[in-house]
Amino acid sequence: MEQIGIVSYGAHIPRYRIKAEVIAAVWGKDGDAISRGLGIFEKSVPSSDQDTATISVESARAALKRCTLNPAEIGAIYVGSESHPYAVKPTGTIVGEAIGATPNLMVADYEFACKAGTAAIQTCVAFVKANMINYGLAIGADTSQAAPGDALEYSASAGGAGFIIGRTNVIATINDTLSYTTDTPDFWRRAEMKYPSHGGRFTGEPAYFKHIMNCAMNLMQKIGTQPKDYTYAVFHQPNGKFPVNVAKKLGFTLDQVKQGLLVPYIGNTYSGASMIGLASVLDVAKPGDRIFVTSYGSGAGSDAFDITVTDEIMRLSRHAAPTIAEMVADKEYIDYGTYAKMTNLLFWE
Amino acid sequence: MRDVAVIGVGLTKFGELWDKSFRQLIAEAGSKAILDAKIEGKDIDAMYVGSMSSGRFVDQEHIGALVAEVSGFSSLHIPATRVEGACASGGLAVREGYLSVASGMNDVVVVGGVEKMNDVGGGEATEILATASDQEWEAFFGVTFPGIYAMIATRHMYEFGTTKEELAQVAVKNHANGALNPYAQYQSPISLESVLKATTVAYPLGLMDCSPVSDGAASIVLCAADKVKKYTDKPVKIIASGQASDTLALHGRRDICTLDATVYAAKMAYKQAGISAKDIDFAEVHDCFTIAEICAIEDLGFVEKGKGGQAIANHLTTLDGQIPINTSGGLKAKGHPVGATGVAQIVELTLQLRGEAGKRQIKDAKRGLAHNVGGSGATCVIHILEAM
Repeated sequence: MEQIGIVSYGAHIPRYRIKAEVIAAVWGKDGDAISRGLGIFEKSVPSSDQDTATISVESARAALKRCTLNPAEIGAIYVGSESHPYAVKPTGTIVGEAIGATPNLMVADYEFACKAGTAAIQTCVAFVKANMINYGLAIGADTSQAAPGDALEYSASAGGAGFIIGRTNVIATINDTLSYTTDTPDFWRRAEMKYPSHGGRFTGEPAYFKHIMNCAMNLMQKIGTQPKDYTYAVFHQPNGKFPVNVAKKLGFTLDQVKQGLLVPYIGNTYSGASMIGLASVLDVAKPGDRIFVTSYGSGAGSDAFDITVTDEIMRLSRHAAPTIAEMVADKEYIDYGTYAKMTNLLFWE
Repeated sequence: MRDVAVIGVGLTKFGELWDKSFRQLIAEAGSKAILDAKIEGKDIDAMYVGSMSSGRFVDQEHIGALVAEVSGFSSLHIPATRVEGACASGGLAVREGYLSVASGMNDVVVVGGVEKMNDVGGGEATEILATASDQEWEAFFGVTFPGIYAMIATRHMYEFGTTKEELAQVAVKNHANGALNPYAQYQSPISLESVLKATTVAYPLGLMDCSPVSDGAASIVLCAADKVKKYTDKPVKIIASGQASDTLALHGRRDICTLDATVYAAKMAYKQAGISAKDIDFAEVHDCFTIAEICAIEDLGFVEKGKGGQAIANHLTTLDGQIPINTSGGLKAKGHPVGATGVAQIVELTLQLRGEAGKRQIKDAKRGLAHNVGGSGATCVIHILEAM
């Protein structure tokens, strides 16, 4: 059987961190209680010169460092984000130019809240399967926005990951994927708005949980697997509680989830979240490991993936680029003033 | 005045009902009550509905006629009226229905209560609820209901030595009861520690001292007591209906630890029934905050003023206690869709008096009291029900 899947992967997490307690102190809130409630202790913050384009480029370069692929062989680049630097003008072209994949390739930017990156993976898988391209690069990256004082301020962070999809030297086969989509307005940002709006508790049960549960169950039912068949499971992680709860509801254990659960230490990287989780699993995965991934994007939908790690992963130069654990550990704490400067909360005319 | 009986009850589940619209809630509770009473549309002489702020929660006013419409009775042109008295809207609708039957004007009346609060965010819900306080003297200065009840609680602690643990016991007991109620928003018991550790909302009230924001509807069918045989063999009689008012603002009151509206409404109800507090077997009281239940059992005369906290800590009000309070789980655990609450209390009393309360059924329930409060005590409505 033809194996289509991940040929290489790379990620990037900005090194600045702000602690939840530091944000809480500014607003007169109890940081401990908030960290306990959200399951988030600190989050990554992009520097003034970092945006979704630079994070995407870093992720793509990391993926290329790990393998021997000539970037010119990449036939498609899709970048999923809800913080593309330009409203009109693609991020994907910047990535293509920066890694030397231009000009003979297909490029487009995706937006589907936090699942645009996994949608990009699906597109690349389909193009490879259709023999339209040999390799595709799917990226999910964000420098997510949160209004000062909003509950999102404790979670909205920055980061991204990219996956090269192809049919040769596949380190992890994507056995199957499907999606579950409805029109559910739980979280949105209109083009002219600086910060997103959200439906409060509506973002939970009828949004995140409904879509992930249905999507995950549909895929397992289709391919006849059960949670115990998987070594690892990765779910979209808007906070520390939701992915653990959804895993439990589906019948996965904490042991299956923890390698891909980064949100307590880097926050919610939106389009990057489930993809960084998958990258973290690939950092340690062994041949034969089976991985279950389900993303979630507000608006709303989920993409589920059934993935099997192949022997080829032992031949990938995984340490040619920093692991997720190394990037999580490489950090510098900043105060709220610096955070305000970095995230453009301070502006003047 | 004629005697009046409850011949049918209906309830939706309370909670975050994302997939049910405002009118679906009304239709569900109403049709359940109508089926339970075995009446038809042509039997209904009038309809009353209690809702505090449907206009601000779901942008729908004029819900009297809407209730008749979604019940499928628009072609019958039944008189249908909305009643509003903040969180006491449901209890007031029950009282209006009761009065219209007692007066002899109507024989069969359907009463409903509804609120759909989760379509707005938590902050906006708090603001909408604050419209029940005094806009000029309270809301304008930023105080909302958790703050107002926190002032009552702090004064109660100062005057009578009530403790935060005693407050917390109210939530623990009501969650234990709610765990036995399939219609309750919260159906799991909670520990004293978890209540004490919860995030502070307004000292001394933590998150678990507060009733939740809820969606839900409740409905009952009232009938002249001498005509009930036509419909049911298990009627429950309303033996008293009392109502009283007080200042909207807390600071205008004689004593902020006593809800005088409760005292006066109770006095009116006990007098009509010819009984006293000690003749009540169980009660549903308005525990919008834990302190409110402590004040309620004192002001209703179940315990001496200032002894409410101790009574709860000593388990006098549990399901097997001397006077079970909030067997349904109360506003705290069953949920508090404000307009529905007063009607849902009558549903619970009826179920208990019929012996249909399932796992939370109390023994020898002969006479129960429902206590529904608007705001911080500007409106109180009380009903006493008895098995017939």
